[in-house]
Amino acid sequence: MLILVTVVFFFMRVIGDPITASQGGRLSAVQLAQRRAAAGFDRPIFTQYSEYLAGLLHGDFGTALTDHRAIREVLVTNGAATLELSVWALLVAFLVGVPLGRLAARYRDRLPDVSIRTFAVLVYAAPVFFVGLLLKLLFSATLGWLPASGRASAGVEVALTNVNPKTNIMVVDAILYGDTSYVLDVLRHAILPALALGLLTAGVFIRLIRINLIETMRTDYVTAARARGVPERLVVRKHAFRNALVPVVTVMGMQIALLLGGAILTETTFEWQGLGYVLSRYLLARDFVAVQGLVTAIAVVVALASFLIDVINALVDPRVRF
Amino acid sequence: MSAIVTIETEGLAGPPPRRGFPGVTLLRSTHGLQRGMLLGGLAVITLFVAVAVLAPLLAPYGFNADRAGGVIFGTQQAPGAAHLFGTTVGGQDVLSRVLFGARTALTVIVLAVAISLVVGVPLGLVSGYFGGVLDRILVLITDALYAFPSLLLAIVVSIMISGGRSTPFGGILAAAISITVVYVPQYFRVVRNLTVSVKNEPFVESARITGARPGRIMFRHVLPNVSQTLPVLATLNASEAILTLAGLGFLGFGIEPSAAAEWGYDLNKALADATNGIWWTGVYPGVAIVLVVAGVTLVGESLNDVLNPMLRTRGGGTSTADEDEIAIAGDLDPAAGELGSGSDATPTTEDDR
Repeated sequence: MLILVTVVFFFMRVIGDPITASQGGRLSAVQLAQRRAAAGFDRPIFTQYSEYLAGLLHGDFGTALTDHRAIREVLVTNGAATLELSVWALLVAFLVGVPLGRLAARYRDRLPDVSIRTFAVLVYAAPVFFVGLLLKLLFSATLGWLPASGRASAGVEVALTNVNPKTNIMVVDAILYGDTSYVLDVLRHAILPALALGLLTAGVFIRLIRINLIETMRTDYVTAARARGVPERLVVRKHAFRNALVPVVTVMGMQIALLLGGAILTETTFEWQGLGYVLSRYLLARDFVAVQGLVTAIAVVVALASFLIDVINALVDPRVRF
Repeated sequence: MSAIVTIETEGLAGPPPRRGFPGVTLLRSTHGLQRGMLLGGLAVITLFVAVAVLAPLLAPYGFNADRAGGVIFGTQQAPGAAHLFGTTVGGQDVLSRVLFGARTALTVIVLAVAISLVVGVPLGLVSGYFGGVLDRILVLITDALYAFPSLLLAIVVSIMISGGRSTPFGGILAAAISITVVYVPQYFRVVRNLTVSVKNEPFVESARITGARPGRIMFRHVLPNVSQTLPVLATLNASEAILTLAGLGFLGFGIEPSAAAEWGYDLNKALADATNGIWWTGVYPGVAIVLVVAGVTLVGESLNDVLNPMLRTRGGGTSTADEDEIAIAGDLDPAAGELGSGSDATPTTEDDR
């Protein structure tokens, strides 16, 4: 974790100090120097580094240069949006990926397998923003069923800012507000982004579950179950499927990195005000203080998630011990 | 197709190498569906390379031209006789941009995979062979890089290279290097872990006893024994590289739009069109990405299936082909052979052992 933070810090400093990067063309050299001195970027790099670390320990990620928002506040509000999107996407990925992967493994090399594998490859090969664009074309431009972007209609979003306590997770806020039409509105906005991001992850799930299930189907205990005359359907469901899920849990943890990467693209596509959306805005504005804070936070989340997955794995699989 | 050649010539341990075109043996060891997937993928790749090379001949206009012979194309024109795929918001011909985009994508992929191999493989060899402090540090750094969302890493590096400002400096090279940083850790890991397991084998020890220098041992004795998975990894990385390039372009960190046609950038521009029901600006470059990535992935997966005995289908190939495959893949542990199956996630399983 410390290494991650360090890598990010020095990476960003290699680019140059944030003030020069964001204001370079616009200010005179003297003004620049003044600004840098005011922000403390002219001090030795290790002083800055230790100060930054101390700030992090207190949960202080700094303040954005461009819009002066505290990074911690950005993390909380926009992080909630990303979390919401990720949960929906994982849900879609599970609902699509697990049954399809199972079907493909069971009918290996026959028609269902071939079509499902083709689907998985296509879903994997399609960039999430292209899937998003197609979904927009179909469901909002042509059919007019679903909204093309945003997290809620303008009126609803304004109404929900006054909810107390505010969770920033729109659905929860809408439920707290107590208006069913608002909840529906929020859900309708979530469908397309969740589909776009979820299908991407579903492709990985399908491939993974298929391969694991095929390997499990070759084990001795599956053969033993078959020999006892257990129907094939039950062999798959009771004997093979559960054991095939174990490695899937491990990979799920790693999918979080993929999911967050995909979230940047999905959020930009659908103007979903999450972490990825603000991150790409700050990146384009060359606001490296904000970028550094957000990137650090994302790295920490990924590291934490993979640690959690290790723990879960140890609980699920008795052979893994620390 | 040098990828296939490498496996065939370097992987064979026991039986004497056969004469003839090497790829054919590999193809013969496939069958049915698998052969279809491999051939389909190869066909797409061939088409892609042909288009990339011949783009200037095939494209009706320049990729950045908004007029021909003094006649302005007009913006967002629907597909028609003059413009088969229509025109973009900027008034360029979509067909020309898609064709030239293939050229950009191919250049970037080839550069990115080549640089990753050249940097990642020797690092992995040295790190695995010598071990010690260097090994520890390199493993730590690659692990840290690995925990990053790959796209984010590529963005950060692309900003680093352009010094916080977009400069005309080799847009394509900059994009390739950004992508490289994402994939070097993968090659490093695979090569390092296999090197660690191979370096105590008797043949390495005997080489050492005969007085061979470390450099010779690493590249002549160890490398051929750790390189079996590299073609699969390189193929799969190539497909991810296209996606990363498109992602960079989509977010506005890729190649300058005036320097080369890039599918991701075009898709970004097409996003607003989609809301208004204008489909041709986005669908064509998008389909191009999907086709190429799917083609490359199919080849990578087929290679993986063929080379990995754990996944081979029953009754596949002739008996000699089977023996070859076992000889090729015999040294691999299942986790290493499975690299392709979980896209960018799987190599981490290596670390568990």
